[in-house]
Amino acid sequence: MRPVLIRNARLVDPASGVDGNADLLVLDRVIADFGAGLAAPDGAEVHDAQGAVLAAGLIDATVFKTDVAAAVAGGITSVLLMPDQSPPLDDPALVERAERLGKPKLWVRPLAAATRGLKGRELAELSLMKEAGAIGVATGRAAIADSQVMLRLLRYATGLGMVVITHAECPFLTAGVVATEGEHATRLGLAAAPASAEALQIARDLRLAEEAGAALHFACVSTAEGVELVRRAKARGMNVSAGTAPAYALLSETALIGYRSFARLSPPLRSEEDREAVRAGLADGTISILASRHDPRTAEEKRLPFADAEPGAAGSATLLALGLGLVHDGLLTLPQLVALLSANPARRFGLPGGSLAPGAPADLLLFDPGAPWRIEADNLPGLAGNTPFDGLPVQGRVRLLLKGGERLL
Amino acid sequence: MTRSSEAPAFPHRHLLGIEGLQPWEITFLLDEAEQWVDAGRRARKHDGRLEGLTQINAFFENSTRTLLSFEIAGKRLGADVVNLAAGASSLKKGETLLDTALTLNAMRPDVIVIRHESSGAVALIAEKVDCPVLNAGDGRHEHPTQALLDALTIRRRKGRIEGLRVAICGDILHSRVARSNFHLLTALGAEVRAVAPPTLMPPHVERLGATAYTDMEAGIEGADVVMMLRLQLERMDGAYVPSTREYFRSFGLTRSRLQAAGPDVLVMHPGPMNRGVEIESAVADDIHRSAITEQVEMGVAVRMACLDVLTRERRGEV
Repeated sequence: MRPVLIRNARLVDPASGVDGNADLLVLDRVIADFGAGLAAPDGAEVHDAQGAVLAAGLIDATVFKTDVAAAVAGGITSVLLMPDQSPPLDDPALVERAERLGKPKLWVRPLAAATRGLKGRELAELSLMKEAGAIGVATGRAAIADSQVMLRLLRYATGLGMVVITHAECPFLTAGVVATEGEHATRLGLAAAPASAEALQIARDLRLAEEAGAALHFACVSTAEGVELVRRAKARGMNVSAGTAPAYALLSETALIGYRSFARLSPPLRSEEDREAVRAGLADGTISILASRHDPRTAEEKRLPFADAEPGAAGSATLLALGLGLVHDGLLTLPQLVALLSANPARRFGLPGGSLAPGAPADLLLFDPGAPWRIEADNLPGLAGNTPFDGLPVQGRVRLLLKGGERLL
Repeated sequence: MTRSSEAPAFPHRHLLGIEGLQPWEITFLLDEAEQWVDAGRRARKHDGRLEGLTQINAFFENSTRTLLSFEIAGKRLGADVVNLAAGASSLKKGETLLDTALTLNAMRPDVIVIRHESSGAVALIAEKVDCPVLNAGDGRHEHPTQALLDALTIRRRKGRIEGLRVAICGDILHSRVARSNFHLLTALGAEVRAVAPPTLMPPHVERLGATAYTDMEAGIEGADVVMMLRLQLERMDGAYVPSTREYFRSFGLTRSRLQAAGPDVLVMHPGPMNRGVEIESAVADDIHRSAITEQVEMGVAVRMACLDVLTRERRGEV
């Protein structure tokens, strides 16, 4: 295939500590070199970046659906697919099939269901699923209620060298619940659980992971107490990591006013104080992964009374722009954001990509961090437009997207 | 009656809740209801002002009393009243709800009264229809005509609402009646107390203007009005409280317990009552203190006022 030369870009590669203007050359689907004034090989496709940011293609560490159009529009070249599919990814054949569904435009990295049918009772065939391509094991949309099952899962996965990704909400406290306890839930008359439902589950799973010596990742941390528990566990040297989604850094429970079902998320939106704590956790590295939690929902699933609507929001197409909002706010530096969106998930889950080092796959994203646009639910690329950010003006547009050296955008 | 030269006294298209209403708008509805109390006590109760208008009562959640009250209110005003009693099971989910709303709308009603088991559902339907919508109860959220009829009852018995101490007792957590009453009574200047076991008390109830009490005696002390709430029996068997007898022991309204309240205390209940669970029969039937049957009468008057006021624009009277 043709070589690709990208000139005059601001290369941001937190994996190697690079942040500066340079050219980058792609040969045979991998990054061949970067530096000043690289010569274009014969027949090369040359792009003048005009100072735009060049980074590794984004690795979206939590999606609930393979939505290639949304991912490509969002500058995402790899996704970690949650096992909550229909049927759940609890069988090697299903894992293999899930991995193929993104081809050729998207690397789909399936996560094995922790338990059969994601029912939280019997361990699924983790070793066989790992052979079939599962890059980790996940409990999906819900935590495993039974502590004995969770401990065995953590021990078994540790033997296989797999990271366990878990949902940080106590399933008992949150049964039948659609909001976080507080003034707004009381006013709106919505069934609610205390925010501590998160801390409760994190505390248990940290303790069990310590027991098992396991590698544990909390897919989404959204409360002040949860962030603090992870911070302390990391300080103790535990093999633990945490992710979150832009909604928890940008929105709070006030978004529920008017019963907007697009703001019905899982975990539910929290208080202002929790939102501030999530931002602090992103800034100090306690939360090391920013994921979209992309969960496209049809009108039939969302045009319902708040409590009857399905939870979740479409997020792939807006992940980069909302993340850049945190940079424009002065909360994060650009290299920090790039680390949250690609380098950190690559390192945590042992994935190719997430780096601009020579020899790395040419999954590349060129974006203009200042280009303004407006999020419109009705025109969102992908399967559905259920975003709680409808109407929000944002900055950051994808200029060029390459996967394995092939141009997608 | 015509007010064409002024701004309408009730400038809202729908009545979806008490929250957000101005005190004078609430007072206006109560004042309007007075005439219907008098009219209801005459032998001939008919008033033809809604003649030719169609009123649909769409009850997606089972109800006997409220549905009957709205039906009588509409009929006394001369409207053509149709009831859609869709049981909770058949028509509650999926597009069916909005499709049902569009279907109802296509029949060109002039006012729709809606009850639904899900908080916010009535507002969702109201966005899709072209006529005024009256919320007859949505989930745990609001039940505005209940709060209005409670206020009318209190005002007629006590002569005022401002400055009264009102204790609302029972299952506050699941109660739309309590929420609407918090908004209404605080807007009109009453001191509102929420009395419930901790498992049935919603968090941050003080942000709705009520003071929380988990001790019944302390909560009703010196109260001018004690408003009991119905306790759903399915919440009694260990889920929120251990048993009905334990609940009655701690939170049931008995004659002796009522002595802690003010000397002229008014006892209210939105019905239907669980005698012996939340209220003792001797208290419920005490004609000097209990306003429970009067509340039912005020309900018809308040609903007539709301139906009248909300349809004035369509009748060219605003």
